[in-house]
Amino acid sequence: MHSRNNNTQSLDWVSIVLYLLLVGFGWVNIYAANTEADSPVFWIANKEYVKQLIWIGFSFMTIGILLLIDSKFYVEFAYPSYILGVILLLAVIFVGVEVNGAKSWFQLGAIRFQPVELTKVATALTLARVLSRFQFSFTSWQDLLLLGAVWLLPVIIIVLQNDLGSGLVFFAFLLPFFREGMSPYVLVFGVLAALIFVLTLLIPNYSILLLLAGAFFSILLFHKYRKETLMALAVASGVYGLMALVMQARGGDINHDMALLSGMGLASLGLGFKALLRRLPTVGIYILLFWASVGFAYSADYFYENMLGEYQRSRILVLLNLKDDPQGAGYNVNQSKIAIGSGGFSGKGYLQGTQTKFNFVPEQSTDFIFCTVGEEWGFLGTTAVVLLFVFLLMRLTYLAERQHSAFSRIYGYGVAAIFFFHVAVNIGMTIGLAPVIGIPLPFFSYGGSSLWGFSILLFIFLKLDTNRGQVLR
Amino acid sequence: MGNSNRAIIINIAFVLIGLIYIVRLFMLQVVDPSYKFYAESNTQRKLTQYPSRGLIYDRNGKLLVANQPVYDLMIVPREVAPFDTLAFSQALGLPLEQVRKLFQEVRNNLRSRKISSFKPSVFYKQLSAEQYAVLQEQLYLFKGFFAQRRTVRKYEYPLAAHVFGYVAETNENHLKNDAYYSLGDYTGISGIERSYEHFLRGQKGARYILVDVHGREKGPMRGGRLDTAAVAGKDVTLTLDIDLQAYGELLMQNKSGSVVAIEPSTGEILSLVSSPGYDPALLIGRERSRNFPALVTDSLSPLLNRAIMSGYPPGSTFKTVMALVAMQEGVVRSSTSHVCNNGFHARGIHVGCHPHRSPISLVPSLSNSCNAYYCYAFRDVLDNPVHGSPKVGLDRWSSYLHNFGFGQRLGSDFFNENPGFVPNSEYFNRLYRGSWGSLTVISLSIGQGELLTTPIQMANMTAAIANRGWYHTPHVVKAIENDTIPSRFKEKHHTGIDSIHFEPVIEGMEQAILGEIGGTARLARIPGIEVCGKTGTAQNPHGENHSIFVAFAPKDNPKIAIAVYVENAGYGSSWAAPIASLMIEKYLTEQIHPSRNWLEQRMLNANFIDAQQE
Ligand SMILES: [Zn+2]
Repeated sequence: MHSRNNNTQSLDWVSIVLYLLLVGFGWVNIYAANTEADSPVFWIANKEYVKQLIWIGFSFMTIGILLLIDSKFYVEFAYPSYILGVILLLAVIFVGVEVNGAKSWFQLGAIRFQPVELTKVATALTLARVLSRFQFSFTSWQDLLLLGAVWLLPVIIIVLQNDLGSGLVFFAFLLPFFREGMSPYVLVFGVLAALIFVLTLLIPNYSILLLLAGAFFSILLFHKYRKETLMALAVASGVYGLMALVMQARGGDINHDMALLSGMGLASLGLGFKALLRRLPTVGIYILLFWASVGFAYSADYFYENMLGEYQRSRILVLLNLKDDPQGAGYNVNQSKIAIGSGGFSGKGYLQGTQTKFNFVPEQSTDFIFCTVGEEWGFLGTTAVVLLFVFLLMRLTYLAERQHSAFSRIYGYGVAAIFFFHVAVNIGMTIGLAPVIGIPLPFFSYGGSSLWGFSILLFIFLKLDTNRGQVLR
Repeated sequence: MGNSNRAIIINIAFVLIGLIYIVRLFMLQVVDPSYKFYAESNTQRKLTQYPSRGLIYDRNGKLLVANQPVYDLMIVPREVAPFDTLAFSQALGLPLEQVRKLFQEVRNNLRSRKISSFKPSVFYKQLSAEQYAVLQEQLYLFKGFFAQRRTVRKYEYPLAAHVFGYVAETNENHLKNDAYYSLGDYTGISGIERSYEHFLRGQKGARYILVDVHGREKGPMRGGRLDTAAVAGKDVTLTLDIDLQAYGELLMQNKSGSVVAIEPSTGEILSLVSSPGYDPALLIGRERSRNFPALVTDSLSPLLNRAIMSGYPPGSTFKTVMALVAMQEGVVRSSTSHVCNNGFHARGIHVGCHPHRSPISLVPSLSNSCNAYYCYAFRDVLDNPVHGSPKVGLDRWSSYLHNFGFGQRLGSDFFNENPGFVPNSEYFNRLYRGSWGSLTVISLSIGQGELLTTPIQMANMTAAIANRGWYHTPHVVKAIENDTIPSRFKEKHHTGIDSIHFEPVIEGMEQAILGEIGGTARLARIPGIEVCGKTGTAQNPHGENHSIFVAFAPKDNPKIAIAVYVENAGYGSSWAAPIASLMIEKYLTEQIHPSRNWLEQRMLNANFIDAQQE
């Protein structure tokens, strides 16, 4: 470990002010969500706002310690912390307690703690370490394998704990990957896959097949393979028509899936053969892509119909606005929209909210704390919160970009990505724009370990930023 | 794509998401007003404030029907904490078994989603004030329970049950037909409680409170400014004289039958007795479920209001109207005499009569109740050559009867009046396939045959005679607080008989009581009061005939007209007449003359129910 303090810069006070504003306003709203008009007693130890105050104090202490530690240590500490994080994740499966169906909490007396908060920090550090290795390349299979393993191992364990929401947070790391040179096509294909998944719920499989075939032929035409396209199209439609006729003649229903798959199969075989003969690798890639998409569509459908429970299926449908169910799975979102909507332009006034105070909004101090902001502070309050977060995210990317050390930069993007995912999903779900995934709003939601975890995540980066002129390794 | 470009793309993504969210929030919070509306209905709950029903007084201002508090024990299943079931059952004053059954019911209702776990529902209805006093001291031990105050009826006298009717919870029909009602409301089911429901029920109020998602009270909404108080029902004053009613019910004890007494000048019902009756308190609230089945299955039908619902042949009391119709039709004058040779004999038709002097004129024919005289009169009405056909004659006769209120509902304030029956030519054409004449239907002349009338119709007929030709529809409500009684009770109905024809009939009715020889109702004689009456006997194919008497008094400026029916008591003169006269005497002099105490005793002691049952 080295300690060269002559290069040390001052802390980024802009970020710290934004942090303090968010934590302070967050606490004010937790107080509102939990206070009752008829009991003016403030100091009741088991009240959430009192506990949260204690956690805020604890977080400040932790921040103090974090800032005293040498930046070098975080680089060195990355791998050990990752191993520790994974061990904690595994341990919680055996000795943890279950909250809302997820076995992801340690209980120590009155204190409840979610190890995944620490695992996020450890994974962000470790991914930064892996990506910042001098020879790392997104085209090297070994590197990608290592990156994928480090990235996805915690996700698998977290999903095993039945804490889907926290697992999804790790997909936020695609953002630093993108920044560090990952092909944007990965993101494009990700979006495409999501689109196909949604379509499988909406329309029959053979319609998706038809769409994909249409897209396939259009792209080929776009690449000027006119003759090949027309031939393949003729083969595909010929086989399809023939099979449909035979099926109808035998008195059964027409199996469109079967007929279409056979037609496209024969057409791709012919095309593939031609591509091999005439050395047309693009055509080959498109054939492979087409069948990958088809495979994905059918397996997504199978996954949805056979692997998911009724509850999860209905949840997905409500999330995607495909099903209206105000008393069932859509209850939370509906009540949350009512609470926020009832706030109007300037809100009902502090401590005047009725929707959040009388428990109409479920989990109003944790996942749905934004409702209290919306109801009591109105559009002005909600916009202020959204803007504060956007400023913080932009500030973090600005800080990340000024790092000399790749490690610090990548870690900074990791921090921004995790905040971004939490903010986008949490606020999005309260206003019906994102699925109801139970993840907290950073600094706002009640819950000690999340506040503590987010503080650590942020302030390690702010500490690294003080050594931005150095190359840490 | 350079890395600095990627940093810009990432920042654009942040700003874009932020902008989308702000636009969405603007739509939700500023543009769309519907969420504010939903929020209101989310947090408020309307609590019904039940009004107490209007009080009921008698014509002299005596309180008859009031209200008493009862307490519905409510349960909010979610808030119930474990407790001692035995202590609970003792506090409630119910056997442990029943309490267990009640809890089982709650569980079943929860499972079938009839009740909500968060909202109050009735656990045990209508605890009396005494029961509640015991329970109240221990109620704090049982979390999730509270009592809700309602009022039910309280009867100051165990009388006039058929007039009052009873009050019970609304059923599906009430809820469907009247938007005012909600589940659990009370409504009048019979009697004036039903007829005057709109006045008696008052106006429900509402209290708006803020509740949390579990329905727990969090205080008044907008400081209680939206709350409306319940408005008590309007008080109703009856035309009944409760003392006369009490006397009537006393006289009718151990007898089945009815008494209807009317003030002729107004049509006000002074007393309406249907015997056997029941104590109206038997049908209050929780008592009702226990007593109602027994009353329904009682072979003497105590729930049946005989005074308005039972049709009997009027028997000889009908001769009064028969005489009036014949005189108005010009076929009989007061001087007209007929020979009675132990009855009426014509072409194989024979209507018997009892011995009396013959020939006989109109007045003695009434006081002696000669059958033959009325057979002639009836035949002459039908066979009157001006009609050309007995069928036209019968329809003319029938229309006179309708003028007297027979063969139709009078339109009193009882909703379930029996119209009785007055046959017309169409009816007999069907019955006899067209071939019939005055002799075929001759028994109508003496109030027998197809003719059916109810006691209230007979009392009304008597009032019309007392008024010499007109009547007011009989009614039982005299006044309504800050309101008026239905205008139909103010209308005069004319019988179409000239008043001059009433004098001989009234003379005959007076002679029936005063007559030295052959007076059929001498037991109805009251010292110092000119009573006019007519006996009758309704033939009863199932047993002993029914004893009927109609009367009014005094002869001039009559104050009371009365019809008395005593079932299975035989001749009208022996039982119905004395009871009618005692009622008249009580009403006019407020006492019974010492010389008639033996008669009163005899009436009180008479028992036709046990005799009939044997
Ligand atoms: Zn005779």
